[in-house]
Amino acid sequence: MEWEVVIGLEIHVQLATNTKIFSGASTAFGAEPNTQACAVNLALPGTLPVFNENALRMAIMFGLAVNAEIGKRSVFERKNYFYPDLPKGYQTTQLAEPIVGPGFIDIETDDGDTRRVRIHHAHLEEDAGKSLHEDFHGMSGIDLNRAGTPLVEIVSEPDMRSSKEAAAYARKIHAIVTTLGICDGNMAEGSMRCDCNVSIRPKGQETLGTRTELKNINSFRFIERAIDTEVNRQIDLIEDGGRVIQETRLYDPDKNETRSMRSKEEANDYRYFPCPDLLPVVIDDTYIDNIRASLPELPDARRARFCEEYGLSEYDAGVLSSDRAQADYFETVTGLTQSAKLSANWITGELARLLNQADLTIQQSRVSAEQLAGLINRIQDETITGKIAKTVFEILWNEGGTADQIIETQGLKQVNDTGAIEAAIDQVIAQCSPQVEQYIQAEPDKRGKMLGFFMGQVMKLTQGKANPGQVQGLLKQKLDQRC
Amino acid sequence: MFNLTLSELSQALSRGEYSSRELTQAFLDRIQSLDTQYNSFITISEEQAIEQAKAADAIRAAGKATRLTGLPIAHKDLFCTQGIRTSCGSKMLDNFISPYNATLVERLNQAGMVTLGKTNMDEFAMGSSNESSYYGAVKNPWDAGRVPGGSSGGSAAAVAARLIPASTGSDTGGSIRQPAALCGITGLKPTYGRISRYGMIAYASSFDQAGPMTRTAEDAALLLQAMAGEDPLDSTSSTQAVPDYTSTLNDNLSGLRIGLPKEFFAEGTDPLILQRVQEAVAEFEKMGATVKEISLPNTQLSIPSYYILAPAEASSNLSRFDGVRYGHRCDTPKDLEDLYKRTRAEGFGAEVKRRIMVGTYALSEGFYDAYYRKAQQIRRVIQQDFIDALNEVDVIMAPVTPCSAFHLGEKNSDPVSMYMEDIFTLSLNLAGLPGISIPCGFADHLPVGLQVIGNYFAEGKLLNIAHQYQQVTAWHQQAPANLSED
Repeated sequence: MEWEVVIGLEIHVQLATNTKIFSGASTAFGAEPNTQACAVNLALPGTLPVFNENALRMAIMFGLAVNAEIGKRSVFERKNYFYPDLPKGYQTTQLAEPIVGPGFIDIETDDGDTRRVRIHHAHLEEDAGKSLHEDFHGMSGIDLNRAGTPLVEIVSEPDMRSSKEAAAYARKIHAIVTTLGICDGNMAEGSMRCDCNVSIRPKGQETLGTRTELKNINSFRFIERAIDTEVNRQIDLIEDGGRVIQETRLYDPDKNETRSMRSKEEANDYRYFPCPDLLPVVIDDTYIDNIRASLPELPDARRARFCEEYGLSEYDAGVLSSDRAQADYFETVTGLTQSAKLSANWITGELARLLNQADLTIQQSRVSAEQLAGLINRIQDETITGKIAKTVFEILWNEGGTADQIIETQGLKQVNDTGAIEAAIDQVIAQCSPQVEQYIQAEPDKRGKMLGFFMGQVMKLTQGKANPGQVQGLLKQKLDQRC
Repeated sequence: MFNLTLSELSQALSRGEYSSRELTQAFLDRIQSLDTQYNSFITISEEQAIEQAKAADAIRAAGKATRLTGLPIAHKDLFCTQGIRTSCGSKMLDNFISPYNATLVERLNQAGMVTLGKTNMDEFAMGSSNESSYYGAVKNPWDAGRVPGGSSGGSAAAVAARLIPASTGSDTGGSIRQPAALCGITGLKPTYGRISRYGMIAYASSFDQAGPMTRTAEDAALLLQAMAGEDPLDSTSSTQAVPDYTSTLNDNLSGLRIGLPKEFFAEGTDPLILQRVQEAVAEFEKMGATVKEISLPNTQLSIPSYYILAPAEASSNLSRFDGVRYGHRCDTPKDLEDLYKRTRAEGFGAEVKRRIMVGTYALSEGFYDAYYRKAQQIRRVIQQDFIDALNEVDVIMAPVTPCSAFHLGEKNSDPVSMYMEDIFTLSLNLAGLPGISIPCGFADHLPVGLQVIGNYFAEGKLLNIAHQYQQVTAWHQQAPANLSED
C-alpha cells in the first residue's frame, strides 16, 4: 500500500528578552545553577507575576511575520501539573485566547514547488526549569535558571507531507525568528525546540491516522531522521496488522529509534483556567501598527532581493537569507567587494566549511566580513590567485590579520611577469617531453583537455603564484608552435 | 495606654509621654502575659520590634516622624515578613522564614510602624472560626468558650483584647469583616486591588484583599492611607489615585442614600442582630440619611459560586507547597510521587485538603463548564446586581453575620453551616466591592457588627460613615470584661 505521511509541528522558541516573562531575573544562558532564579521563579509564597512587555512585542513581531491575525485581547491561563522543575505547580501559558491567531508561511517542497503551511496559532508561555539527574546520588538536582524564560509556542496545522518538508518548515521558522531578532536561534542551547506530530494514512484517504508526538527535537537533521524513523515504525506496525496508539514518544539519536514516553491515558488533566494574577492583555491597532513599521526585512523578501539585486541563484539566495547574521555578513562583504558572486561563493564555501568544523555561528566567525572582503578584493585585482586565496583564508582564520599583510609577509603575490612565466613554461616543456610528444600527436580537439596537465606543472613550479590566465595563454601558444 | 487608639497613641508619642521603645515593651509584656488566654499570636518578634522601635525613636528625635511612626502593629501570619516566620497558620510553612517583605509590610515599615508579631489565622485563610489553624484555635476575648471568627481571628482577638492597637487582616470571603464583627472591632475590606497582594500568601487570588483591623474608623483611615496604592509587583493592584482618607472623615452625612437589601434581612438571621442593625440605620437617619429597601436578587447564589471559584483558585495556588524548595517535607521519600503525597498529606489540614479537592474537581476536564464556567457567570450576575443597586443608593447597609460568636467546635463537623457564616460578606468579594464592619451593639453580651458596603474605591465614604457613627455611639469603645488594665 502507498502511504501518505502527515506532519504537524509545535515549535518552542525562546524569546531573546533580557529578563524573564514574569519577573526581572536575567535570561542569560549558562550561569551557575539557580543563580538566575529570583523569588518569583522560585515560587516563594506570596510572589506574583508581572508581564514583560518585550515578550509581547516579540510575539506580535512573529505574528506579523507569518501573516497572522494578532489577538487584540489575549489571556494567560494556568496549566496545572506537578513536577519539580515547575515551581508553582502550574505553567503560565495561553490557551483559548492566544496572542497570535491563524497565519501561514510558504516552504519549498521536495520537487521544488511551494507549499503553504498554515499556522494554527502561536502563544506566549513560560519555560520550566531543568531537572539534573546525574551527580546527586539517587536524588535529582533542580536548576531554575531557565524557569520563566519567555517562549512562543508555534503550532502548525498538519500540512506537511514529508520529513524534508517538516525540516524546511522548521528552517523557515528559524530564519524568521532570527531575522526578527526575537530568538538567538541557538538550537544546541535549546533556544528552539521542536515537537513533531506524525501520522500516516493510505494515499487518498481523507481522515487522519492516529498520531504520535515526538518530543523535544533540537536539530533540523534530527527532525528529518526522527520523523523517518517514526514513519517507518508506524508503517511496519500497521502492515503487520497492529495499530498506532496516540502517545508521546522520545527520539533517541544515538540508536536512531523512537520509544514510548507516555500514552494518552497517562496524560495529565491540566485543569486550565485563566490566571487570576494577570490581567488580560489588551492592545489596539496603533500598537500593532507601530510594531509592523519596525519589522526588519523578512527572509522571503530578502531572498527575492538577493536574486534580483545581486543576480544570485535561488539556491544561494535561499541559503544566505536563511539567517539574518549570515545575510548581513553577505551584504557587508558584497558592499566592500562589489562582487556578489565571489562573496556568496566564499561564504557558502570556505567560510561555511570552517564554521562547521569549529561548530561556530557566523556571529562567532574568526574571519570578519571586512577581512573576507579584503581577501576577495586581492583576488579581483589579480594580486593573488584563487588557489593562494584559500591559503590566505586559512591564515586569516587561524592567525588573524589582513589579507594584504599575509600576502606581503608570506610572498604570495601572483606572478604576472611574462618573462618569468615563460621561463617556467619552458622548463616544464623541457622536463616533460613524453607528454609534449603525446600532445603533438593528439587530435587538435583533444589537446584542450591535455593542457590541464601542463597548467598543473607550471603552477606547481611557481608555487601557485603564476597568473593562471597568462599561464594558459602562453602555454597554449608555446605548445601549438610545436605542432 | 492599652485602651488608646492608634491616633491617641500617636499624639502621646509626639507629646513625649513615652517613647516608642517603652510603648513597644509595654505591649510586648502584655502579649506575653495575656495571650496564653487567647492564642491570638503565632509568633512574637520581640527582637525586631525593639530594633524598629529604637529606629522610630531616632526618626522622631530627628523631627521626621509621621503619624504612624513608632506605633505597634501585628500582621496576620500570611503577610511575608523578612526574617520573621510566616506560617500561614499551617504546618506546611511552620519552618518558613521569608527572605522578603510583603509590599504592605514594607509600606508600614517605611511609615515607621513597629511589628510586634504575627497573628493566628485559619490555615491558609480558609475558615470562619479560626479553628483550622495548625497553632490551635483562638478564643474570643468576649467569651473564651467562643470563636473569634475567621480567618483573621487572631488579628481581631488581639485588637479586641487590647494586646495590640491595630493589626492587618485579609478578606477573601469575609475574613476581615466577620471576625471584626464577632470581636467588636472595626474591620475594613477595601476594593479589590486597592492594596497590593504582593507578599500576601494567596488563597484565592481574584478575591483576596488585605485591610486594616482597628478599634476605630479613624485608625483604619490612618492605616489604609499607608497601605493603599499601586504596586509594580502586583499587576492587579489598582492605578487609581489614593485620596486623603482622613480629610473626609468629618463630611456631613445629610442626604446620604442608604439601601437595605431585603435578602439580607430575611429569616435565618438572629433577630437581635437585625434589631441592632436597624437601630444603627436609625442613627444615620437622625444624621439626615434616607433609607430605602433594595434587592440583591441573586444573593442566595453567592455561597455556591464562591465555593466553586475560591477553591478552584486555591487548588492551583497551593500547588507550590510540594516539599521541593521550602516548607514541610516528609521524611525519607521513596520517590517523587511519595514525596508529593506524604508532604502534602502531612503538611495540610483537613479544611485545606477539602478545598483543594473541591477546586481540583471543579476545574477537571468534563466538569469545568458545569462548575467553574457557570460560577464565573454567576459572579458577573452578582456583580451586576450590586452595580444596579449602587446606582440607586450611595451605600448598602446590612448585618455582617447571621449570628454572633458561636461556640468553639459548634460548626466544626458541618462545613456547610460554617460556610453559611459568610452569607452576608462574600458576595462583596465576588463583586470586588469595599465593605466595612463596625460595632453596633450587642446580642446577649456578644458584639454585633454593622456592615456598610460602598461602590468601587469608595473607602473614603465608608470610613466617613463609620467615623460619624462612632462620633455619636460608644459601641466601639466597649472592651471585653475581665481584661487586665494597665
